[in-house]
Amino acid sequence: MSATTPSLSSGDVLLLVGTVKGAFMFSADAKRKKWTMIGPHFPGESVYALAYDERGGRRRTLAATRSFHWGSTIRLSDDYGASWTGPERQSVRFPEDSGLSLVQIWQITPGPASDPDRLWAGVEPAALFESRDGGESWSPVEGLLKHEHRPRWQPGGGGLCLHTIVPLSKDHQRMLIAISTAGNYRTDDGGRSWKPRNDGVRAVFLPNKYPEFGQCVHKVVNHPEKPERLFLQNHWGLYRSDDWGDSWTDVANGVPSDFGFAMQMHPHDPDTVYIVPMQSDEFRCTPEAKMRVYRTRNAGESWEPLTRGLPQQDAYETVVRDALTADSHDKAGVYFGTRSGKVYASHDDGESWNAIADALPSITCVKAFVVGRSGASA
Amino acid sequence: MAVSIVLPRALLTYSRGSSTLQLETRCGSVADALDELGRRWPAVLDRIITEQGEVREHVNIFVGEESIRFASGLATAVKDGDTIMIVAAVSGG
Repeated sequence: MSATTPSLSSGDVLLLVGTVKGAFMFSADAKRKKWTMIGPHFPGESVYALAYDERGGRRRTLAATRSFHWGSTIRLSDDYGASWTGPERQSVRFPEDSGLSLVQIWQITPGPASDPDRLWAGVEPAALFESRDGGESWSPVEGLLKHEHRPRWQPGGGGLCLHTIVPLSKDHQRMLIAISTAGNYRTDDGGRSWKPRNDGVRAVFLPNKYPEFGQCVHKVVNHPEKPERLFLQNHWGLYRSDDWGDSWTDVANGVPSDFGFAMQMHPHDPDTVYIVPMQSDEFRCTPEAKMRVYRTRNAGESWEPLTRGLPQQDAYETVVRDALTADSHDKAGVYFGTRSGKVYASHDDGESWNAIADALPSITCVKAFVVGRSGASA
Repeated sequence: MAVSIVLPRALLTYSRGSSTLQLETRCGSVADALDELGRRWPAVLDRIITEQGEVREHVNIFVGEESIRFASGLATAVKDGDTIMIVAAVSGG
């Protein structure tokens, strides 16, 4: 393949795939039948977070890269990966007096549409960073960095990571973040103060099963049209909150397992959510060796398996927390990547699937964007 | 004579392509030499040392043939004519 960048027009889909050995860019027109892949970018480095941001007239791709030897940083491209900024100095750095050193960047989330230079990044050890210049420089959000609970937060299997950032208000003054294993914390004042929001979320690995904090939350999603309602995939447990995360109710109705990592909101229907259940915490593979995406269309009252085009025997797959995503076309494209390096795509809300890659390095994240329509996507 | 710092290929992007830095200032320890390295090429130092001033877990530093991990760490003494070598550890997945 001679092209080094995808050729993209308005309405095309840009699919960013992070792996433990670099990042790949897939592109397709709005029909999403034929895909082109370019990569790897950053060969040999792991990429756990990717984002695309069109606010402020940009066409900016952001990639969180981690060299096994030389550390982690966020790199920017304004030409779909033809060139990436350094940066010279590593742009995400803890202050010396924090006693902390950056391990990995787990999430990059564009800020509000009204503030196109602002972005958020979630990192390990657990902290939230903010950029006010489009992602070129970053500083920690002090209210969370100095939180009184920090000494009692414990790392999960992936480390003590802040992996999920959920804006709850248009100006992002109200946000929810999730940390493994500390649980959910919400700010109502733009990050100055944070309160745990885990009432009803189980911690099976603790003597007190319902602590104030300490849960191993794997992913939280919501829909901008109904921001007060959140869905949560827990380390055992599938939950919904109807009150901004103040309380949580079990909605694991008809799933083969309520253990899992990934969760994705439908772009247009606040009642529709996708998950990929895993068998258990000890055997983190698809139950019954069947590759099934589960979907609810009634906010968790029931879940249905989506299997057409997915292998239904001998499929021992793992889909991690950021490896399930959707684009914003009217008939949504839904995508996921596996630990074994396969990428599956659906162009019809998940009704049918095709493999668009089957031998990539182990996949860490998948993010989809419709070009010309990604003003504030995450 | 000066102390030399030899860099791995992966860091040449941040040293304008130079693989060896000759330090003209007097250095008593590896820490002194890295301070000078940071003044000349701060981006290189970022890749070797964490925010807390510790050598990254999978980076090895040698003075001559001796790893500083088995000497006195960053306080390991250096003298004129010594070569400090920065090496990516044999690790990874």
